[in-house]
Parts: sequence; C-alpha cells; structure tokens
Amino acid sequence: MDKATNWSSPRFYVPAIVLLGLALLPVYSMVAGQPFYVTLFSRIMIFALAALGLNLILGYGGLVSFGHALYLGVGAYAVGILSFHGITNGWVHLAAALGIGIVTASLIGTIVLRTSGMTFIMITLAFAQMGYFFVVSLKAYGGDDGLTIDNRSSMVLFDLSNHTVLYYAILVCLAGVFLVFTRLIGSRFGMVLRGVKSNERRMLALGFPTFRYKLVGYVISAQVCVLAGFFLANLTKFASPSYMVWQVSGDLIVMAVLGGMGTLFGPVIGAILYLVVEEFLSSLNPGWFPKVEDVLNKHWLALMGLFVILMVLGFRKGLYGYLVEREQKKLEKRAQS
Amino acid sequence: MSLELLIVQLLNGLQYGVLLFLLAAGLTLVFGIMNFVNLAHGSLYMMGAYFAAWAYNNSVFGIQGSFVFAAFVGIAGSLVLGIVIERVVLFTLYERDHLDQVLATFGLILVLNEVARFIWGPSSYYMEVPDKLSGTISLFGIAYPSYRFMIIAVGLLVALGTYLLIQKTRIGMLIRAGASNATMVGALGVNIKLLNTLLFGLGSALAGVAGLMAGPILSVQPGMGEPILIVTLVVIVTGGIGSIRGAFYAALIVGVIDTIGRVFLPIVLSSLVEKSLAQAAGPAIASMLIYLLMAVVLAFKPQGLFPVKHG
Repeated sequence: MDKATNWSSPRFYVPAIVLLGLALLPVYSMVAGQPFYVTLFSRIMIFALAALGLNLILGYGGLVSFGHALYLGVGAYAVGILSFHGITNGWVHLAAALGIGIVTASLIGTIVLRTSGMTFIMITLAFAQMGYFFVVSLKAYGGDDGLTIDNRSSMVLFDLSNHTVLYYAILVCLAGVFLVFTRLIGSRFGMVLRGVKSNERRMLALGFPTFRYKLVGYVISAQVCVLAGFFLANLTKFASPSYMVWQVSGDLIVMAVLGGMGTLFGPVIGAILYLVVEEFLSSLNPGWFPKVEDVLNKHWLALMGLFVILMVLGFRKGLYGYLVEREQKKLEKRAQS
Repeated sequence: MSLELLIVQLLNGLQYGVLLFLLAAGLTLVFGIMNFVNLAHGSLYMMGAYFAAWAYNNSVFGIQGSFVFAAFVGIAGSLVLGIVIERVVLFTLYERDHLDQVLATFGLILVLNEVARFIWGPSSYYMEVPDKLSGTISLFGIAYPSYRFMIIAVGLLVALGTYLLIQKTRIGMLIRAGASNATMVGALGVNIKLLNTLLFGLGSALAGVAGLMAGPILSVQPGMGEPILIVTLVVIVTGGIGSIRGAFYAALIVGVIDTIGRVFLPIVLSSLVEKSLAQAAGPAIASMLIYLLMAVVLAFKPQGLFPVKHG
C-alpha cells in the first residue's frame, strides 16, 4: 500500500486511536477517581498481548493452537517459582521465563507441527493439559491452590510495584510487539508464513522448508504469550494453574477471532471487547428488572457463550476485520472506476 | 502389589475405557463423516447424567427410583437435545472451517454449563447406585462392585451394537458411504441431511449412555463434561480420527494406562528413587501419562494408530 494514503486507513487510525486511548487511560482514571480502571485495563492489555501473539500463527499461519494458555503459565510460574526461592530480580525472572519458554515451545512445536488440521488443535490442547496437570501436581509450589508472590519483580530501572508504572510497561510491550509484528508480517518470513496458510504444498514445491518457518512462527508466538504470563503474575501477584486451564486457550482464540484474525491489530480490539463485555455482563446492574439481573449476574457465562456463538454465526470477519475489509472494497471500487 | 489389586485395577481401567469409548464413538463418527468438530460433546454427556439423575431422584409420571426408567430418560433426553442443537445451531457450520466449529461449540459449552447450573444448582447432584447393583460380584474369587461390572458389560454390548449397526445394516452402509463421498451419496437420492441428523443423534445418545452410567460413581455437576471430553479427544486422536475401531482400542488403552498409572506409578517409582521425590513426581507423571502416550503416538504416526483410509 502507498505510504502517502496511509493516514485515512483504518489500518493506521484504529491502532493509533486505541493505543493513544490506552496511554491516556491512567490520567482519566486518576481524574475520575477510579483506580480500578488501571488494574482492569492492565489485565485487558495482558490478554491483548497474548492474543496478539497467538494470532501470529492463528491468523497468518493458519495454525489453530488450542493450547497457548500453557505459555501464559510458563511466564507466570517462572516469576512465581523464582520469587518463592527469594530471587526477586525482574530481569532474571524475564530471562528465565523467556529461556524456559523457548525450550518448551521448540520441543512442543517440533512434535505438534508434525500434525495439521484437527489433530493439531487437539494435540496442542493435550500439551496444555499436560502443563496444567504438571503445575497442579507441584505441591511444593502450591499445587492446586496456586502460588502467592510476595512482591512484584524488581526491575532495576522500573518500579513495577507502582500500578501505573506496571500499566505503562505492559502498554509499551504491547505497542512494541505490535510494531515488530507489523514489520515481521511484511517481511519475507511473514510472506512465507502466509503462503503456508493458503497452500502449504505449493510452498513446499517452491522449495521452502515450511516446517522451519512454522516452527519459528510458533516459538515467537509462544514467547509473546510467555511475556504476557510474566506480566499477569506481576499484576495479580499470583501464579495459578487456573491461568493454564483450557478455557483460557479458548478465550484467546475467541479474542483473536472477535477482533478480526487476519488482521494484525484485530486481536487487541478483540481482547478489549471480550473482557469489557465480560466485565459488563458479570456486573450488569442498571436496576430495571432486579430479578432478571440477579439471574444474569450469576449466569453471565451463558450470555458470554451466546455472544460467542452469535459472533461465529453472524460476524465472522471480526470488528476490526470488518473496517479493514470495507476500506479494501472502497479502494477496489476506486481502482475500477 | 498383589495380583488381586492388579486385576481389580485392570477392571477399573477397562470400565473407564468403556465409558471413554461411548463418548469417543459419537465424536469420531461425527468428525469422520461430517468433518465436524463438536467440543460440546462433553456437555451432552453431562446433560445425559443430569437427566438420568433427575428422573431417578424425582417422581416423573409417578415413577421414581427406577434405574431403567432413569436410563431411558437420560438417553432420550440427550438424544433429543443433541438433535435440537444440531438442527438449530450446528448444521450451519458443516461447511465452515474447523476454527468456526471449535469456537461455536466452545460457546455452546458455556451455555449448557450455565443451563445445568441454573436448573440444578451449582453443587453436585447425587444419584445413588441402584439397590440391585450395589453389591459385589465374584470374578474368579475376586470381589468386584457389580455396578462397575454392569458398566463394562453394557459398554461392550453397546460397542458391539454400534459395530453391527455400522457394518451390517443399510443405515450403516449409507453412513460409511457418506464418509467416503457425501456428495455422491446425496446424488444417489439419499437424504444426507437426515442421515447427518440421525448420526448426530446417535452420537448424543451414546454420550448420554456414558453420562447416565457415570452418574452414580462420579458426582453430577456443571462442567463435569470437560475433563472427560479432553481425555476423549486424546482417545480419538490416538486412535486415528474417524476410526471407530481406533477409538475402541485407544479408549481401552487410555483407560487402562491412566488407571494403572495412577495406582502403580507412585509405588514403582518409590522403589527406584528416593521416597520424597517419588511422592512428588509419581502423581505428576501419572496424570500426564496419557498425554505423553498421545504425544509419542503422534510423533511417530501423525495419523494415529488406526488411520482411516478413504479411497
């Protein structure tokens, strides 16, 4: 696409507006006296980060991983276990998390990428379950109950114990990963990955060792989730097996699809939308029909389920995907006339 | 580690495997023939258990406490529910890719779990083992609970029935033909849509059978379908997706390995390594065992143990 016409494209202004809005949010929350927003949106951005990572292989590689919650857990438990042993340096936490992440993702990726389609979905799910049962059985580190982390990672330059600093650290990582992915998708590597999605056999015939490309994509996408897990443990001061349950993997896929999975920024929008809807439904309280609202508050997951079903049936492109597609159609029309 | 304990655990593993097969059969048929991924299969199992337990505990049409009647309600309920779900939501997804199917059925799970929680409450709902089956029977001098033995027997019978249905009847022939080439079968004048619905109903009824039999030995609660669904997915992937035969063998293998592993692995480990380490690692490895099995199988045979050949 031409650089000069970029400004009016939703590809440019939607991410810009959203990221700017996120950057200004702590100011608003301070003015409005609602510190709760900072925590809520820290959580939302963490999941946005994870969904962004997942989308690299889901949206661009066509690999439906139903097990990316595993890598959230890897990141969270790296922080938890090191803190448990008195190592509080955040850079060490981060290095350990990413180091373990790269080893597990490479090992698991080597096995799961031998399969494709349905089997791939299920085997990634199975590996995530394996990780889940593994941490549940770690009785020394809390087992089922999870592991409380006394203090947030102490990064030398940043004081993460301050909510606002943590918020901006997550935001910077989110924006950074987004920018890096923008370049990555346009690069030769990204092109090969997208080629694999549309026709792997053709890519093989053209002489590309597609397995290696898929593996690298898988590892990168896993590492972004590990980073998200690192932040999640820091935000909640808790490392819990519940981060790795299979519903979380499902949630991540829903987020990626909800925003528009063939687009780069879609997962971020999807994560914001999904978690805001979740927050809204679970605390719905306008006081119109108290009895109905009581039932809905208790059973908001059912509404969430209906929401997901309706979205799949009727709104397949996703929110951001819809905007991007509309723009593309407009461009095509202009080219024709 | 006595021989008697080993045999009892083998039987327990067999019983678990049979339950898994009942779920896996429906799932693998639906997948193999309609190319459809139904994650909500575990929810049908849960609803089957609820229907049966409800009919057993309450007076329905003046009948209460009859296990046969409860079984009928459980099976009929899950059959009807399965067909309704198929007709209302799922049939629109047959042409879509797997991702859409996974997402929509993921949404269905959330809905059905909440429906169960809404109707029957969040806590466990109990169903007693029927009186006639609450004793034990003697197998070669080893006492074994008769209810569990009944599960094995019924499960094997249903497996045999499914085999006969698929291999020896006209419906089964059409189902097999639909698996190889649905368009061609449709062109020959067979109502393939009806066939799909019937097949989906059959799968749901099998899930209901599994649910109602599991009801008295496990607690019936919202979300009970998911853990067993995931193990079922392991079974059908290990056995080869779409293959009934593969599902049968893989279900028994997974059931036995899981049960035996949980009981004996800690014992075996503690004779090999330090006790504290064995106590920590034993249960961990045991709960991961079936996933390891699956990973190993897929690493060598990505199509599973009994790949389906469509020609």
